[in-house]
Amino acid sequence: MTAQLPSPGAPLQHYVSTAPFDPMSIEVMTEEQAKLHLASQRKLMWWKFKRHRLALASGIFLLLLYGMIVIAEFLAPYNLHTRNVDFIYSPPQRVRLFHDGNFVGPFVYGRQMSLDMDTLKRTYSDNRNDVQPIRFFCRGDSYKFWGAIESNIHLVCPAVGGQMFLLGTDRLGRDVLSRIIYGARISLTIGLIGITISFVLGIVIGGLAGYHGGVFDLLVQRVIEVLQSLPSLPLWMALAAIMPVSWSPILIYFGITLILGMLDWTGLARSVRSKLLSLREEDYVLAAQLMGASSARIIGRHLVPGFMSHLIATATISIPGMILGETALSFLGLGLRPPITSWGVLLTEARSVNVIAFYPWLLFPMIPVILVILAFNFLGDGLRDAADPYR
Amino acid sequence: MKSGSDLLRIENLGISFSMLGGRLHVVKGANLRVLPGKVTALVGESGSGKSVISQSVMGILPNTAKATGKILFTDPLDGRTTDILQLPTDGEQIRALRGSRMAKIFQEPMTSLSPLHTVGNQISEVLAIHTESSKEERRARTEEMLDNVGFSNPSRTYDMYPFELSGGMRQRAMIAMALICRPALLIADEPTTALDVTIQAQILELLRELQHKLNMAMLLITHDLGVVANMADEVVVIYHGEIMEAGPVEAIFRNPQHAYLKGLMAAVPHFDMKPGERLKALREVPVKTDTLWAKKKEVANAPEILLSVRDLTKSYKTRKSGLFGRKHTTEVRAVDGVSFDIRRGECLGLVGESGSGKTTVSKILMRAVTPDSGSVTFDDGSGKINVLTAQGDDLMDLRTHIQMVFQDPVSSLSPRMTVQNILSEPLEIHGRGDRAYRLEKVRGLMQAIGLDQRFLNRYPHSFSGGQRQRIGIARALALGPQLLICDEPVSALDVSVQAQILNLLKDLQKQLGLTYLFISHNLAVVDYMADRIAVMWGGRIVELAPREVILRNPVHPYTRGLLAAVPFPDLDRPLDFTTLQASGASEQGEWAPQFRPDEAGDPLIPADLGDGHFVLARKNVDVRELRPW
Repeated sequence: MTAQLPSPGAPLQHYVSTAPFDPMSIEVMTEEQAKLHLASQRKLMWWKFKRHRLALASGIFLLLLYGMIVIAEFLAPYNLHTRNVDFIYSPPQRVRLFHDGNFVGPFVYGRQMSLDMDTLKRTYSDNRNDVQPIRFFCRGDSYKFWGAIESNIHLVCPAVGGQMFLLGTDRLGRDVLSRIIYGARISLTIGLIGITISFVLGIVIGGLAGYHGGVFDLLVQRVIEVLQSLPSLPLWMALAAIMPVSWSPILIYFGITLILGMLDWTGLARSVRSKLLSLREEDYVLAAQLMGASSARIIGRHLVPGFMSHLIATATISIPGMILGETALSFLGLGLRPPITSWGVLLTEARSVNVIAFYPWLLFPMIPVILVILAFNFLGDGLRDAADPYR
Repeated sequence: MKSGSDLLRIENLGISFSMLGGRLHVVKGANLRVLPGKVTALVGESGSGKSVISQSVMGILPNTAKATGKILFTDPLDGRTTDILQLPTDGEQIRALRGSRMAKIFQEPMTSLSPLHTVGNQISEVLAIHTESSKEERRARTEEMLDNVGFSNPSRTYDMYPFELSGGMRQRAMIAMALICRPALLIADEPTTALDVTIQAQILELLRELQHKLNMAMLLITHDLGVVANMADEVVVIYHGEIMEAGPVEAIFRNPQHAYLKGLMAAVPHFDMKPGERLKALREVPVKTDTLWAKKKEVANAPEILLSVRDLTKSYKTRKSGLFGRKHTTEVRAVDGVSFDIRRGECLGLVGESGSGKTTVSKILMRAVTPDSGSVTFDDGSGKINVLTAQGDDLMDLRTHIQMVFQDPVSSLSPRMTVQNILSEPLEIHGRGDRAYRLEKVRGLMQAIGLDQRFLNRYPHSFSGGQRQRIGIARALALGPQLLICDEPVSALDVSVQAQILNLLKDLQKQLGLTYLFISHNLAVVDYMADRIAVMWGGRIVELAPREVILRNPVHPYTRGLLAAVPFPDLDRPLDFTTLQASGASEQGEWAPQFRPDEAGDPLIPADLGDGHFVLARKNVDVRELRPW
């Protein structure tokens, strides 16, 4: 029974609820609340993250991609450097299922090349009689898995004696699809290595600035301001120019990640510093100090866990910047150089307008770049929302 | 206006929130009404759904909330009735009502004004939205309103920024902003909870005066029955989203029926309590300390005085640098020559409003703030320790003797640590025992504060405010301290929980032989806890006496103001606004001359009135002169 209101304006009767009363009932939790309340921080974050569908999908997509780069040799139909001299600048081939109205499974038509003697352009045409069924779990180009295990098994390969260039070939007749798969290795990991460097620099420098303040803080702030005011492209160029030409490509690769990492820490350092400054004022930090806890313990046990989730979210959002940075540098010819292959390196092939006009499929490496960057942004967005599960 | 109609009529209101796990019903079938020109008080603990009801009346429920039922608002101007729940959330109709016909004042005056606009600008904005008037007109009306809410110089206040005003003054500005359009209904959501008692009394008086003057209806939301008794015409008691008892204020206070209401009333500390009388907390916590190692220590030759504080002074310098590098330094004395002793086993209460320096004193004692001068000596019978200079091992040792309970139960527990980690951390820092030993101690602590062992692996966010405060107390007890500094440990809690925590602290003191320094702005709370009471004002202790003496025979005008400002849940003892005004409470200028520094600048000194009763007064004043009557 609930209180009935008197008719408008009439005097209010003294109403007493007769429902059973338990003073503890407000502290007793419903099942859902109990589940929520007994959950650890991490669990709460996972629940909240799960609700961000786009972020979840992006996370799965990225996991698949990273899984892919581990077995790139197996997935790619051709080797990184396999040249098909007869098929230079071959446009993408279509995978078909039906030949003459009959189902034959996935196949491609064979290709015939003819040279246009007026423009000296190669033109390719499908030979409608040459059905080349695609093979699965098959033997093709031999490779050394991770440079160690010799093998020649691929997920897909062209028919014996046939070709299959699903995304076309470049000026040396190399399969663009295979090169994109191989390039993912460098492009996806350069972001991680770079972010690790900037993460460490950001936490250490920002942490010291935030916790100790004073002159060091002032100095760090000014350095960050200077670094952030430099136009990034000329700076990259200058730093890339420092690297000796005689270095091996792999050294250059590390050099580039180092450069990217060293320029990227500023934003992270700032957010670490401001987070520390605000957390330092919390009573539980004072409580720890009053217990006699050392600075290291306070930072490690009380402060860092408090903003770690934020940091991870921030870092996730800044990985795309790294990937784009590598792509831009390589595209300009300042970053990685062949034979190292990254998506940026692949795009250098498409540097002139002529090439793009004639062979637009050379721009295909842009698609994974766009997808990966979007995925990282969505993932970071979801992580950031989940980082503060109490809000 | 139709005669005999309700201004606000809430029928069968249900509100639910969608949460991670499902839907949470926070208000279930609530019925209540507000008559024109009358005050209806909605009373309940935090989490009872009272604030959510006020939000639904203004149409400002969060997006995750769903409301059912009816909220009928009848505007006395044209007699039209609208159902607020039917209006689109940000539609023209509801916006025309908000601010103009119904207005709201919030609990937290510090954050409810925009720091970027002047006070006058923010108040006249309401006029600009709802009326067609020229700029001069708006300014004139705003200044008139500022004058109404008690600003002595309205035209100056108009151009001031919120940060230039104190909390009480900001709340006045908020009231001016709410009332500028002469609304028919004012919703006051805990309007005085964040304020000191003396300021609270002023604001309550102001609200009551304005409510009569403007013939305005008010929905007052509070957890404090003392406030209700002084303000309301009708009272609705809500618990866990359901209405427990409702009726006219006379019936509610003279004839409370429901167990919940009776429980709430019994939980309020008051000055008529006999020594040793115990508050009845709604949810009593059993204290079992037999598993705790810190048994009551009987030290035969321990000195009587545990902590001795002499002439503490701490001042803060604020620097204003001008545009061309000229610096003006102003010095604020937060603590000014404070001396007192804490005797072994007693509870010394420290009362004062915010800004009186009581928290700074506590932080100095904990070594979180370094004073400019003065000395603090701790002596538990094993040798004197100079608290202010102890270093290294001495300091670590001192940390085990003095511990602190914080005001804010939310920010004082690390959100990423389980209760077990929180409680065992002090033991880890001091290297006490191994894992198993620590776990056993933690279990003992949990038992001592009456929390279930199963909660050990839970995180602080899953506990209520009172439970968190108990965990904070357990953490302070972990090292077996002798002196516990409690800095406003109950001011962030509801009255019902407050009684529980106070009783817990009392029981712990008795069983473990603890000594307390108990800091609060509420004299009634301090009175319940303390053996002796020190009253602070402006960084100085203005009166210090045993508890009965201060209550029976307060001498200092500020102490008298504090005593008069505590609202009682008793209709026969309303707040005496005239004495409050006369005693001048926190205005030093209005004190009797013997309590003010004289023109010659002779310092005030504590005058001994006997029985350990000291009061800060002029040096050459006769003791008899100090007695009020």
